[in-house]
Amino acid sequence: MELTLAIAIGVLTGSGVWLVLRPRTYQLVIGLSLLSYAVNLFIFSMGRLRVGAAPVLDGASAANPADYADPLPQALVLTAIVIGFATTALLLVVLLVARGLTRNDHVDGRESS
Amino acid sequence: MEPFLLLLILALPFIGSLAVVLSPGGSREPATWITGLTMLACLILAVSLYPSVSTTDAVRLQAEWLPSLGLNFTLRMDGFAWIFALLVSGVGLLVVIYARYYISAEDPVRRFYMFFLAFTGSMLGVVLSGNLILLVVFWELTSIFSFLLIGYWHHTQAARDGARMAMTITGMGGLALLGGVLILGHIVGSYDLDAVLRSGNLIRSHELYVPALVLILLGTLTKSAQFPFHFWLPNAMAAPTPVSAFLHSATMVKAGVFLMARLWPVLSGTPEWFMILGIAGMASFVLGAYLAMFQHDLKGLLAYSTISHLGLITLLLSLGSPLAAVAAIFHMLNHATFKASLFMAAGIIDHETGTRDLRKLSGLFRYMPITATLAMVASAAMAGVPLLNGFLSKEMFFAEAVETHADSWLDTAAPYAAVLGSALAVTYSLRLIHSIFLGAPPQDLPREPHEPPFWMRFPVMFLVIACLVIGIIPALTIGPFLHVAVASVLGDATPQYSLAIWHGFNLPLAMSVVALAGGALLYLCAGAYLARSERPLLLGRIQGQRIFERVMVAISWRWAHLIEDVFGTRRLQPQMRLVIAAAVAAGTVPLLASGLTFGTFGNGATDFAFTGLWSVGMICAVAAAYQAKFHRLAALALLGATGLVTCVTFVWLSAPDLAATQLVVEIVTTVLILLGLRWLPKRSQDVAEPGGWMPRLRRFRDLAIAIVAGLGMTAISYAVMTRAPPETIANFFVEKAYAEGGGRNVVNVILVDFRGFDTLGEITVLGIVALTVFALLRRFRPAPDSIERPEQQRVQRSTEEAEPEVEAGATKAEYLYVPSVIMQWMFPVVIVLAAYLFLRGHDAPGGGFAAGVAMAAGFILQYMAGGTVWVEDRLRILPVAWIGGGLLLAAFTGTASILLGDPFLTSYFRYVEVPFVGKVPMASAALFDLGVFSLVVGATVLMLIAIAHQSIRRLRVAARLEEERQRWN
Repeated sequence: MELTLAIAIGVLTGSGVWLVLRPRTYQLVIGLSLLSYAVNLFIFSMGRLRVGAAPVLDGASAANPADYADPLPQALVLTAIVIGFATTALLLVVLLVARGLTRNDHVDGRESS
Repeated sequence: MEPFLLLLILALPFIGSLAVVLSPGGSREPATWITGLTMLACLILAVSLYPSVSTTDAVRLQAEWLPSLGLNFTLRMDGFAWIFALLVSGVGLLVVIYARYYISAEDPVRRFYMFFLAFTGSMLGVVLSGNLILLVVFWELTSIFSFLLIGYWHHTQAARDGARMAMTITGMGGLALLGGVLILGHIVGSYDLDAVLRSGNLIRSHELYVPALVLILLGTLTKSAQFPFHFWLPNAMAAPTPVSAFLHSATMVKAGVFLMARLWPVLSGTPEWFMILGIAGMASFVLGAYLAMFQHDLKGLLAYSTISHLGLITLLLSLGSPLAAVAAIFHMLNHATFKASLFMAAGIIDHETGTRDLRKLSGLFRYMPITATLAMVASAAMAGVPLLNGFLSKEMFFAEAVETHADSWLDTAAPYAAVLGSALAVTYSLRLIHSIFLGAPPQDLPREPHEPPFWMRFPVMFLVIACLVIGIIPALTIGPFLHVAVASVLGDATPQYSLAIWHGFNLPLAMSVVALAGGALLYLCAGAYLARSERPLLLGRIQGQRIFERVMVAISWRWAHLIEDVFGTRRLQPQMRLVIAAAVAAGTVPLLASGLTFGTFGNGATDFAFTGLWSVGMICAVAAAYQAKFHRLAALALLGATGLVTCVTFVWLSAPDLAATQLVVEIVTTVLILLGLRWLPKRSQDVAEPGGWMPRLRRFRDLAIAIVAGLGMTAISYAVMTRAPPETIANFFVEKAYAEGGGRNVVNVILVDFRGFDTLGEITVLGIVALTVFALLRRFRPAPDSIERPEQQRVQRSTEEAEPEVEAGATKAEYLYVPSVIMQWMFPVVIVLAAYLFLRGHDAPGGGFAAGVAMAAGFILQYMAGGTVWVEDRLRILPVAWIGGGLLLAAFTGTASILLGDPFLTSYFRYVEVPFVGKVPMASAALFDLGVFSLVVGATVLMLIAIAHQSIRRLRVAARLEEERQRWN
């Protein structure tokens, strides 16, 4: 399971990096989205993988931390997902406005010669 | 009491400077009076401190400044500092009286006095600092304010260039001085001036002595305009004459020699000191006098003469004998008196005749006999004529030059150089007197010359009388004060010296006679040549100014451009490549250093379902990367699939909150990008892309980078995941979530309670981003090829037009009719779902973020179902109000705890009995979460609607254009 997820993170990162290095604005948007999946999964995996141990406490009794998945990376990733959406939106709009001003969708605002 | 007066004398000029800024404009009187009275107050304060200074060692004021660095704000006034304080405030007062008549009402008078007072304060700071770092701070301030004063008439090119040059040279010197002072402080272990002055032997024998010395002397020599940094001073003559009279006689340029005298007891006496200062001083002394002879500008002559006289002082200080130091200090005072009066006289001549050109001026004695007499006496003092103060210090200089101090060629050359320089001084003084005041009446002057007002002449008169009185009865006038100053510098080494005019027939007297006679003879022979020479003989082609300009252009223009060309790029891709390469390197280097090993910790057996899930996920990711260029919609769908796989992973691996949030965010992201797709240019695979091996090579390189980055991430995450987790703060959160946070869902309790402040920051960012998106799109101008209706709508419309019985827009109205009805019916359901997600958030998966995005998805569904116009006719969402309200609510919940005396964002909870439901925990964190919810709804809706709106705006623009076209047809 760990190996699967590790490979998945690697593949997502690789696809994202490849797209981020491309010249078209849309490729950049998709690439950053893929990268943010990879990073979110990576941070999440820092709490180690647990199956069936959601950090939702059973009752009022004192809880044993060993019974639950690490909640901290989850809290970090949760806000990261929402902020990631916001930055994707901002990037998209900046690129659209740039496209309107420069008449092309190259990341530099002009076609490379 | 005395320490307080010391602080007052330093603070008054700065306070006065502020007062000048605030004084009423329009008239020049208030500013002038404030400045004059401030100078007078400083002068009186300085005089009143004399009894304490002359009887005790020094008056001190010490306050903590940066105690952690061992720095104190120390002021210290001993005899030497006292006499300089007196000089600065006294000459300052005289210059203000003079400037009252000199500065015209059209000039910005307040700015002049503001800078003037601030400069005075900085100079007093240099003089009174008891801490070397503090001294450097004030030293830099004098550079800055002298820049502003020299550039006072900034509408002229000369003033700007002169100010910039002075600033560059003295500023570099100041930087060197700071370095030197830091080394000095390192050697001594303290920056306190008293401590430094006590450690002479330690400093001179330290291995860092030479670097410290060189750096400090770089500072002082640039400040005092000594060879080879002398060229800024003549260019600084573009300043108003009162500024030159103050800065270039008594203060700014004196700061350099002041500091050299101040540190003389600890730095002097070594061969390095002797050689550096000896060469610089001698060169400045002779060269300055030589170049002064050739000047046609009166102020230029005085500037080179200043360089020469400061060279004399430097030369005296270089000798290392106490008697020479006495002579140096004495000459500092004498030079200030006669040079300030000469500068002011030059200003009067300029003011009354309209020119400073020695070739145009002539026979002015007729028109202004009093001013002429005063200027001639001051020039005589400058030339070293007996019965004037200049003669006394020059005699002492000759006596010291003859003595052998360190056996070297420099020491042997000193007496000859002394006589030569003095003779040249006589020549240029004679030239000044002869060409301006004697001879035929002047021809075609810009103005008819006449005597200036009495008070404009008064400062000159006062200083010239001082020259005379000191020159005739030195022991009775300057004697005691000079002794206090000298004793405070030299301490026990204070030598016996006599200030008499007559020492009998001796070698110095003979040298004086030779210099006077030689100088006069030289003027007789070469006077006419000097008056018509275009440039100085022999040295005319070497101009420090031109070299300076070349260097400036090279550094600030050519090299800067070269570096920008080589290292800079405006293209995004190389920058991204660098960022990613740096990130990969930053990850790889520590791995290589410590070795990469994998542990055995893990979840056990491989789950084939999980592997299968991610096989799909990975294929989708790679396919999205492959298709993003030509098949945008397909790439978006593939991206969404990867997102869903991620979402399932969160469910699988015990993170239900993440899964919920990821799911709703996935929906709105897809909608968002779909809305944006419409504005991108069409891209077809049929159009040939630039081929060739270069682009292909670039793509291979990028692919390699991507693969390396991916492998690295795989290795790192696998290495971490296979290790047992260390003790983390997670335990704290799990244990305290229910007990102290009142919630069972630990993730939510962390977000809204334990780390509430972080969350507040994050939702603020979210709000800012949404507003930015909104602002960016308000003035959105799509590219021309995107303005037209999309292809699909055009096809629909043409079909409608082809069939006469179909109304226009009918197809669109019935487009996706069944799904849109379902979507409209689902609106309340989505609201209930969002409310449900929100309410259970504290105890079960859900919470403000997920609920907020779900709610926003509900709104956007209505837009998709009914169209923008339909929705906005029926529903006013006001997303900005949601954002503001949410932020206010979250912040208010946090602030409420401050009112109760607890830190910001402390949360409260208790159990409340609700009818039919039972015991329910009510936490203030829920209110905070409500703020988060509201803001997330507002931000998400604002961004989506802002993009969605563009298609209507485009229609409006098109409609207007159409209307105009028809009107013209």
